[in-house]
Amino acid sequence: MNGIPMEHGLILASVLFSLGLAGLMLRRNMLFVLMSLEVMLNSAALAFVVGSTAWNQPDGQAMFLLVITLAAAEASVGLALMIQLYQRFHSLNLDAASRMRG
Amino acid sequence: MMAPAVVLSFLLPLAGTLLLALSAGRLGARTSATIGVASVGLAALATAWAVTLYPGSPENVTLWTWIAVGDFRPTIGLAVDGLALMMMSVITGVGFLIHLFAAWYMKGEAGIARFYAWMNLFVFSMLLLVLGDNLLLLFLGWEGVGLCSYLLIGYYYHNSANGQAAFKAFIVTRIGDVFLALGLFLIFRELGTLDIGEILVRAPQLWQEGSTTANIAALLVLGGALGKSAQVPLHTWLPDAMAGPTPVSALIHAATMVTAGVYLIARLNGLFLLAPDVLLLVGVIGAVSMLLAAFAALAQTDIKRVLAYSTMSQIGYMFLALGVGAFDAAIFHLVTHAFFKALLFLSAGAVIISCHHEQDMARLGGLWRRLPVAYGGFLVGGSALVALPLVTAGFYSKDEILWQAMAAGNNGLLLAGLLGAVLTGIYTVRLILGTFHGEAGSDHSRHPEPGTNLITHHLPLVVLAILSTFIGAWLYPGLDRLFPSAPGEGVEEGHTLLQVLAIGAVVAGLALAGWLFMMRREWLQRQASHGTGRRLWSVWHHAWGFDGLFDRLLVRPWQLMVNLLRHDLVNLAMNLPALIARVLNAGLVRTQNGRMRSYATVMVLGVTVILAVLALAPGGAA
Repeated sequence: MNGIPMEHGLILASVLFSLGLAGLMLRRNMLFVLMSLEVMLNSAALAFVVGSTAWNQPDGQAMFLLVITLAAAEASVGLALMIQLYQRFHSLNLDAASRMRG
Repeated sequence: MMAPAVVLSFLLPLAGTLLLALSAGRLGARTSATIGVASVGLAALATAWAVTLYPGSPENVTLWTWIAVGDFRPTIGLAVDGLALMMMSVITGVGFLIHLFAAWYMKGEAGIARFYAWMNLFVFSMLLLVLGDNLLLLFLGWEGVGLCSYLLIGYYYHNSANGQAAFKAFIVTRIGDVFLALGLFLIFRELGTLDIGEILVRAPQLWQEGSTTANIAALLVLGGALGKSAQVPLHTWLPDAMAGPTPVSALIHAATMVTAGVYLIARLNGLFLLAPDVLLLVGVIGAVSMLLAAFAALAQTDIKRVLAYSTMSQIGYMFLALGVGAFDAAIFHLVTHAFFKALLFLSAGAVIISCHHEQDMARLGGLWRRLPVAYGGFLVGGSALVALPLVTAGFYSKDEILWQAMAAGNNGLLLAGLLGAVLTGIYTVRLILGTFHGEAGSDHSRHPEPGTNLITHHLPLVVLAILSTFIGAWLYPGLDRLFPSAPGEGVEEGHTLLQVLAIGAVVAGLALAGWLFMMRREWLQRQASHGTGRRLWSVWHHAWGFDGLFDRLLVRPWQLMVNLLRHDLVNLAMNLPALIARVLNAGLVRTQNGRMRSYATVMVLGVTVILAVLALAPGGAA
């Protein structure tokens, strides 16, 4: 693992994070929005892992486990919401659910 | 020992109010009416109980201390004496009959629970007014009855004219109330007490007869009495108050509340005796009101308005009696008037409901055969009103008043009283002929639906009719011992002459009215339709133009001022913050567009800005 410098790992993490953020902001389909969220969470987790490797600390690895758990919970809630959205609007378009304006 | 009975008498109506108000109309019309009538009925029984327990001498019942500030500790205390018991009997007795009749009158109306809640609250407040042993408690009841009067005049609130009438009644009587409140302040500052008994003891010790302070105090109290009792110049609200349901007019605007002013002056008799000039003014105002109202009653077409002016006129008689120092005679007339005017109003209510809310004399007529019970009520009540000799209650009380005026040597007031008796005869005959005889003026009066309910329609009318005859006068116990001696006490000389004069005035009035309205009907109509007669009709119809005068003198300048002040600079400055808030609000509302993606975008932008600021700030990004 020593072959890869920390910067490379962090750059990969931030690229992944940016991709996820862009997807969150631009995508209309809720499925892709959830996937983008997932990507963002995992990019953050990757940064933890990179950091823990670089400094030889186990904390980052432990944090990774927490993030995975959080992502699983988030996915289950998100999917449940998605089913509701589909049942109400017969579409996965997030912009359709904009009744709480004003 | 009579404390529980007295306390029950006013707690029962209060309980009725609470029950009805808290039910919020969920009880149904029948149950609500039953509660409303029963609470006052039980209060009447409690009053009867208190009367049987009355030991014959005034008794004070202290319930608890209201507030204690230094030496000022008004108590919630009741002063039970003959006068209070007399008033209680009238309020609960006549009040019960009116409540009972209202069950018939208000059948099918929306908001029965509201109606009875306020009626019961009125009875409670009125009882508090007459029972209070200090002026503060009296003032509480005084304001309470004013509030109930306002609420009940505006009972049919869907019609904005009724709301206006309610406002007018409230504001005009409030002017009087302010005078009364100032009077209370003055009395408290000068005498250091508001306890009525104490006032009557201390006032003669501290004030000279005719001194300025005594005069001012009496004048201020008189101001309050004028507003409540609809005497000139604070009388304009009473005719408009007829917008309320007829039982309300009977209870509040004829039998009880409007006579509160008479009660107040009689209660504070010692104060007024210290200010003889003001007492004379009371009599003069009474006489003027009586004549003005009697003339106005001649030219009304609405039967309730005739009765309203007649009420004003009869209260004028009571003030006249007070003015000559005959307090007992004033209370006597108050009681008989409560009987026969309640009867007249309830009979008018029977006519109004039977004819589908028709109350214009021009559109009524010929009803005597079709509505015999109401006709009987009008005949008995009307003869008591004109004081038909010997057989009616009104004769005895009015005779007493005129006799006292004569005995006091005040010929001006006596003449006014006699002229008033003539006028009373004329307008009463006109009222009865216009309503019950002649041709029916509309389909509603051609085919009336007479009331048939024995308990809620016939019973109150019959009982009040009995009380309006000489029997009612017999029932009056006489309260001479409570009051300073009247001018006519122990004197008999001239009483027969006076009785002949009084009977002459009544007969003259009736004869003149009969001649005018039966023999010279067409001539009268011709006279009233052009020239001087027409002008007189117009002046009397508008009750001497007081409304127009006050409108020009007070209401319109006030409205003009309000309109001017509405658009001034200060107001603009006041509105600026509101404007800014509104603009900001409009801008921020637009950001809440309900789209999650834009929320996320804005959030990211915000985070970016914050991070940038932290990074670029001097000393930041450490």
